Amino acid sequence: MRAVAAIALNTFREAIRDRILYLILAVAIALIAVSRFVSLLTVGSEVKIVKDLGLSAISVFGLLATVFVGVSLVSKEIERRTVFTLLAQPVRRWQFVCGKYAGLLLVLAASIAVTGAALLVAVALKGASPWGLVPAIALIFVELALVAAFAVLFSSFTNPILAAVGTAVTYVVGHLSWSFDLLEKRMPGAAGRVLCRVLHAVLPNLDRLNVKAEAVHDIALPAGYFGAAIAYGVFYSLAVIVIASLVFERREFV
Amino acid sequence: MEPVVELQGLRKAFRGHLGLGRSVAVDGLDLRVGRGEIFGLLGPNGAGKTTTLKMMLGLLRPDAGSVRLFGLPPESVAARARIGFLPENPYFYDYLTPVEFLDLYARLHGIPAAERKPRIEQAIARVGLAGRERTALRKLSKGLIQRLGLAQAIQHDPDLVILDEPMSGLDPVGRREVRDLILGMRDAGKTVFFSSHILQDAEMLCDRVAIVFRGRLRAVGKLDDLVSHDAKWIEVGVRGGVPADVPGETTTAPDGTVRIKVRDVAELTRVLAAVPSAGGEVLSVWSRRETLEDLFLREIGNARSEERPS
Repeated sequence: MRAVAAIALNTFREAIRDRILYLILAVAIALIAVSRFVSLLTVGSEVKIVKDLGLSAISVFGLLATVFVGVSLVSKEIERRTVFTLLAQPVRRWQFVCGKYAGLLLVLAASIAVTGAALLVAVALKGASPWGLVPAIALIFVELALVAAFAVLFSSFTNPILAAVGTAVTYVVGHLSWSFDLLEKRMPGAAGRVLCRVLHAVLPNLDRLNVKAEAVHDIALPAGYFGAAIAYGVFYSLAVIVIASLVFERREFV
Repeated sequence: MEPVVELQGLRKAFRGHLGLGRSVAVDGLDLRVGRGEIFGLLGPNGAGKTTTLKMMLGLLRPDAGSVRLFGLPPESVAARARIGFLPENPYFYDYLTPVEFLDLYARLHGIPAAERKPRIEQAIARVGLAGRERTALRKLSKGLIQRLGLAQAIQHDPDLVILDEPMSGLDPVGRREVRDLILGMRDAGKTVFFSSHILQDAEMLCDRVAIVFRGRLRAVGKLDDLVSHDAKWIEVGVRGGVPADVPGETTTAPDGTVRIKVRDVAELTRVLAAVPSAGGEVLSVWSRRETLEDLFLREIGNARSEERPS
């Protein structure tokens, strides 16, 4: 555990000493601030516009932070050969992968805490109660944690460009996984239906973690939904990290 | 007594581009290194030294053969807890300061918080980095990074230190300090296993050496046993008159002294007798024996001629 914590802390330190993260955060906060003025120009509830734009900003810029930091997380260590001295220490390879992932989660948690707080303040300044947004923000974190697990998985066996493409594809597919459900019903052949069912079950279903619309429109979530969504995200992320650890275990460092 | 390092039939080959062709980097290497030894793995560039070290650390898996460190495989965390490692041309996290960097590695070794600070201070002082504790690594020179890498390798008081080209990037003062550090480790009963192509360092430090070429072991043993003790030639330094018919080859130094190179004692006797009669004065007589460099070049020459088709 101490090795995981030490590597996580170092990963976090690396990210917070990189200017790009601050740029992403600054743009996200600026967008939340601007949403107050954009809402004046639109028809409909101003608070809803602020909430909608704010949650989207947290999600999109959180995704950018995940991709920027995540995709080179493991590959950079290999490319720069810093991994040689690290793995020569009493550190197991899975501890290295988990440490890198935990560090990325810390970065995400800090980014979402900052942008989330900015949104809560913006909504409160509009005179509305912001607390209904908290479950949506928490699930954005869980969603990005799942995407981050894929970023670490891709980073453990390929270069940052391919890892970025893989992570982006995972994000898009994760939001379209409902289409396999729909496709299954329309497929004429049994084999096609089985394939659609398998893909629907295996691919991440990021829509399960998306409750932004409910938060914007103050619609209550069904009982148990929040807990089940968190459990889904946590177990899926853990499964991906286990695979990443197995892939990394087999790697050789030439 | 169980050896600290034991390599048996170690073999590693790499696939070429697109998986085509194979190049053998290490080919059936057998080595045993005992406690308290300074062992030098010597060879020209591309001999397989770094590949061997990487297999010793579990960074590469051998195709055949085995590695045992303290009787354990290199994947064992218990074995790696007793090792310090410095890679060749190290590159470390450049956003950290030396203190933060050493603290990270001390944490990985599970050194308690209370012990970390004094240990880090001690390691920094030992490698001569005092005064640079708070400078970001990206601002340190190559030589200072090399020293920091050494501090990282020794701060947890390992029983075995594996150093890949430890003198690379160091100035003469740094090399001298690293040599003293390595000798100090041996005095403390530690084992030092290092790779180098700088033979002068190996000659000054090593209890035993191994010479590898194209992945194969060419020679291993104590330097004294490996090099020939017969004089290769004898050199006579002469000032003033030099006899016209000296048997050996002569060279004149800028200060006017002449060096006469003779093959054996018979030729030496003739020169010593002839110099005073020519009005000269013998300044020095020096017997040149085989050095590690000669041995190294001889073994590599032998290996090349064995490989050449007859």
